[in-house]
Amino acid sequence: MKIIVPVKRVIDAYVTVRVKADQTGVETANVKMSMNPFCEIAVEEAIRLKEAGKADEVIAVTAGPAQCQETLRAAMAMGADRAILIQTDDELQPLAVAKLLKAVVDKENPEIVMLGKQAIDGDHNQTGQMLSALLGWGVAAFASKIECGDDNVTVTREIDGGLETLKLKLPAVITTDLRLNEPRYASLPNIMKAKKKQLDTMTPDELGVDIAPRFKTLKVTEPPERQAGIMVDSVSDLVEKLRNEAKVI
Amino acid sequence: MSVLVIAEHDNSSIKPSTLPTITAARALDSDVHVLVAGAGSDEAASAAGKIHGISKVLHCDDAAYEHGLAENMGQLIAKIAPDYSHILAPASFFGKNILPRAAALVDVQQISDVSAIEGADTFVRPIYAGNGFETVQISDTPKMLTIRTTGFDPVKSEGGSAPVENIDSADDTGLTEFVSRELTKSERPELTAADIIISGGRGLASGENFEKLIEPIADKLSAAIGASRAAVDAGYVPNDYQVGQTGKIVAPNLYIAVGISGAIQHLAGMKDSKVIVAINKDEEAPIFQISDYGLVGDLFEILPELDKALSA
Ligand SMILES: Cc1cc2nc3c(=O)[nH]c(=O)nc-3n(C[C@H](O)[C@H](O)[C@H](O)COP(=O)(O)OP(=O)(O)OC[C@H]3O[C@@H](n4cnc5c(N)ncnc54)[C@H](O)[C@@H]3O)c2cc1C
Repeated sequence: MKIIVPVKRVIDAYVTVRVKADQTGVETANVKMSMNPFCEIAVEEAIRLKEAGKADEVIAVTAGPAQCQETLRAAMAMGADRAILIQTDDELQPLAVAKLLKAVVDKENPEIVMLGKQAIDGDHNQTGQMLSALLGWGVAAFASKIECGDDNVTVTREIDGGLETLKLKLPAVITTDLRLNEPRYASLPNIMKAKKKQLDTMTPDELGVDIAPRFKTLKVTEPPERQAGIMVDSVSDLVEKLRNEAKVI
Repeated sequence: MSVLVIAEHDNSSIKPSTLPTITAARALDSDVHVLVAGAGSDEAASAAGKIHGISKVLHCDDAAYEHGLAENMGQLIAKIAPDYSHILAPASFFGKNILPRAAALVDVQQISDVSAIEGADTFVRPIYAGNGFETVQISDTPKMLTIRTTGFDPVKSEGGSAPVENIDSADDTGLTEFVSRELTKSERPELTAADIIISGGRGLASGENFEKLIEPIADKLSAAIGASRAAVDAGYVPNDYQVGQTGKIVAPNLYIAVGISGAIQHLAGMKDSKVIVAINKDEEAPIFQISDYGLVGDLFEILPELDKALSA
């Protein structure tokens, strides 16, 4: 079984993101970039399926500028076998990414595409669901447990009121949630090995995909500031304030 | 053209997340239709008809929609999409699951998590865990949006009398089989619709402490219980308690954060609460920077005291 794992390069989750003064976007100069945490979870899960003998090849794929090679190397250092970069400097929106991934899937014919449920930059939470629609495959979004059968996969997923379990025919798309696993750190030898693994580059044009953006970002603004309030000394003080000042209890 | 809202429901009742979504739809057009797709869902459809401010309920009752699977819901929404200028769903796990599937089928770029509507094609939405808000303009038709329910007041669930029209189902894709659902049982209000929320973090140290220290206070305040990711990951409480960037987005009148440090991903889910109380033993905890009332101290002493003070 072959698994494709799309990954995204984003501003690191622990960096405080700042909106640019000219409102055109957020500061990215000299900011630490990392693999999107949800993508790391997807890579980890795919590798575990390989280690368990369920999968024989894990291919990391990304779309974006040349620097995204770093993200692919990181996925290969974790254990992905090879990687594909769909190289472009153009802005990519989720539908365009889903179309690019479909084009790669059509070439590679994997049984599973496993991807993070959302990227922590745009927070769209769309690409996996869209890809599943374009492929006509089943989808299990927000997975917290995955069990692979021969021609099906059983996925427990996080929903509004708790958990839900679905059984999907393969091939299928799965998007990963936080509690699926804890991604490993790549070891130094594996980081070295990853440098020699195969990384193919292609372009949206070569894949015949129109990636023209569908929405235009007019501006990016700062969130409304929330003023810090006061410190209270005691529980009785707190309850008094909630009752008589804020009037919320 | 009319606006369509996809109702979130459990076949017998309409979920609260549907109501602010209808408010958002009414900001776009006065002719708002609501789709109730389910199985054995007559009760939900007639409940939808009573919602204030809508002109029609589309009811599609078919085994294919019993569990709201994305594949079949996507197919149905795509089928009726050409009749609408906008299609909206709540940005709950339900809406996030199904709407992108439908959008891709009709070649539309969805706009996620809309928190304000500036015009028929211009929407505001949070990015980077709410560290920024982008205003976007979209040319696609129909416009497909998931709605951040805290951004809009709910419409009244009673008082309307919209007709219910039965519509044909779309194909059952047969791709996915529903196995089971494990819902967290609770008598408390739903997290996303609660007036008061008390949330616990890693500082609670165990599930038993949630029961012993948080629950009595939640009972007294008729509050919902929430949690940080750390508390959920540690297994203290179920996953659907998680508040934050990747959990639930809440904006109650009162949010009490206990033993929660205030990571940006947590703040993303509760920063719009009207009054925020933080209880933490670390006076440097970032949660105090956004709280209206802060109390520094050991939660194991403070919570029993608070419980007592509330009974007084
Ligand atoms: C991709 C991604 C997505 C995420 N999504 C979310 C999300 O949706 N929601 C979310 O909450 N987090 C999310 N996180 C995690 C987030 O970054 C934090 O790790 C998490 O919120 C921390 O939870 P916490 O505050 O309970 O724990 P900690 O940060 O460990 O804080 C515990 C706090 O408890 C206090 N404390 C300890 N003992 C006591 C005591 N006896 N009395 C009083 N105070 C005490 C401590 O002083 C401390 O401030 C996400 C992270 C990533 C990378």
